[in-house]
Amino acid sequence: MNVFLLIIQDVAVIAVVAAIIWSILRFCRSERWQRALRRFYGDWLGVAMLVVISIYFVVGISDLVRLPVKDPSGRFVSLLDVCFRDVAVEKNFSAPLAHTTYSLNGAEPLKGRHLFGTDQLGKDVLKQTMKGCSTAMLIGTLTSLIYIPIGIILGIVAGYYKGWVDDVIQYVYSVIASIPGILLLIALLMVLGKGVLQISFVLGITGWIGLCRLLRGETLKQSERVYCEAARALGQSNINIIFRHILPNVMHLVLISFILGFSGIVLTESVLSYLGVGMPIGTPSWGVMIDSARMELSRDPMVWWNIGAATGALFFLVISLNLLGDSLRRAFDPKAA
Amino acid sequence: MNPETPLLSIKDLFIRFETENGDIDAVKGISFDVQAGETLAIVGESGSGKSVTALSLTRLIPEPPARYVSGEILLNGKDVLKMSPRELRAIRGSQIAYIFQEPSTSLNPVFTIRNQIAETIRLHRPDVKNVNEEIIKWLDLVGIVEPEKRMWDYPHQLSGGMQQRAMIAMALSCQPVLLVADEPTTALDVTIQAQIMTQLRELKSRLKMSIILITHNFGIVGDIADRIAVMFRGKIVEYGETKSILANPQHPYTKALIECIPQLGAGKKRLTTIDHASLPS
Repeated sequence: MNVFLLIIQDVAVIAVVAAIIWSILRFCRSERWQRALRRFYGDWLGVAMLVVISIYFVVGISDLVRLPVKDPSGRFVSLLDVCFRDVAVEKNFSAPLAHTTYSLNGAEPLKGRHLFGTDQLGKDVLKQTMKGCSTAMLIGTLTSLIYIPIGIILGIVAGYYKGWVDDVIQYVYSVIASIPGILLLIALLMVLGKGVLQISFVLGITGWIGLCRLLRGETLKQSERVYCEAARALGQSNINIIFRHILPNVMHLVLISFILGFSGIVLTESVLSYLGVGMPIGTPSWGVMIDSARMELSRDPMVWWNIGAATGALFFLVISLNLLGDSLRRAFDPKAA
Repeated sequence: MNPETPLLSIKDLFIRFETENGDIDAVKGISFDVQAGETLAIVGESGSGKSVTALSLTRLIPEPPARYVSGEILLNGKDVLKMSPRELRAIRGSQIAYIFQEPSTSLNPVFTIRNQIAETIRLHRPDVKNVNEEIIKWLDLVGIVEPEKRMWDYPHQLSGGMQQRAMIAMALSCQPVLLVADEPTTALDVTIQAQIMTQLRELKSRLKMSIILITHNFGIVGDIADRIAVMFRGKIVEYGETKSILANPQHPYTKALIECIPQLGAGKKRLTTIDHASLPS
């Protein structure tokens, strides 16, 4: 990896984050979002979950932004590595906050103290878990960037044009939906190989069906409303009606399914890694950590902190995303007072 | 323009809806003319084909299921039914503009009034430099108080009458030669209804445009319309000057419709209804 690629990665990460923040701010100006936002602020659980998710994102991004400084193994260090540069690497497993390595005979004193212990290679588990954030966030965001545009365009086009366009799009998603999900994912990954980009691509091209169906139904409803007819009567083109009139009216559904879909993507990545077709071994991913724990749990005495940290991180991310999604759905619900 | 050629001329228009459950003839060979600066009222009950006629003027009815079986719609001598989609988009709004029945749903809920009117102005009159000034001018013209404040409102912040005025401003802002008002006051209460009709009459004389007013209410057409076409089951059963039709209706259906108008102080206990069985089909 040379400096050129490093700059591209940093710029891409910052650009994506900026684009997401910009588009959310852009839609927040609309009246419906303003009202939802006011209701959302009164929902302390939702706000708390938003804070938790923001922390996950900040940790993830700090590991994606790399500095032009190399570590002893020749890789560029990330912001997160800089924060953890004083954490010592031990020789073997060690329990959380233990003084010696974790073995029945010949326990050796540790160089430092580790909140979540260390893994087989003596690396700090807390740091590994935090590095796992970056993989989860990267896959979640990349997959969303693939499946959300596909879902939006196909869903709205099917609902707006109806007729044979609708039929074709329905056939395509019915065919994909009729193949058992995990088998399709494994088959595609066997062909494409392991890696972040491959997983995101595979999850992206199979994950748009739910959103597409939702938006198709909503567009069918919206395009019957008189304002669409009024726009047509004033000479607006179809493209203009789709993007200027219908899309802003269904955007809250996109936001909610993005939030709820994100946890599904992170979980699927872990499942795929556990099955051995996801992330390559050695990458900091929660799925890989859980996978490697198969051996650790059968070891005597048992090593539980590695899998504990990974599942804990996964659990809190998924539950806060789901609670946030529920809060947003409540905030956008037109029937609420 | 040549005074003999009408602004809009419809000749023997026949529209059929082809559905899975059989064909329905919505409009069965109607003909009428609208002169420049004239107001035509199309009166009829629900399902008589008057809205379909109005929407067909710029081919707004979805095809299929609709099919134009025969006839011509000549706008300034050009047949609308033979136009390409691009030409159609060009006449929608800039030549013929619409106002719909339900003002609360005909405005997009997520945009401000200013935003929606600005969009149509930019579309049809790209030469307008100061869009805000233009919007204020039109909102003022349709009788909205404090237009420079109101234009930043979202549709739900306005009352029904105000929404309909905003809709009229939007339709007028592209300076159409023909305004089609499809039951513009049905969703409003009687006081606002009278205000909107007065407004339309004023605007018509000030802007010298033609209006096609579609309604089922004979009570509101007398003051505004120059001519009346009465539609019944897809046909025009009576067509002529407003005064002569109101004074001396010929067709039994027209008579029945006029008798439906509630009269203040007439001392009737029940309102008259139309007995369909007694009418010729």
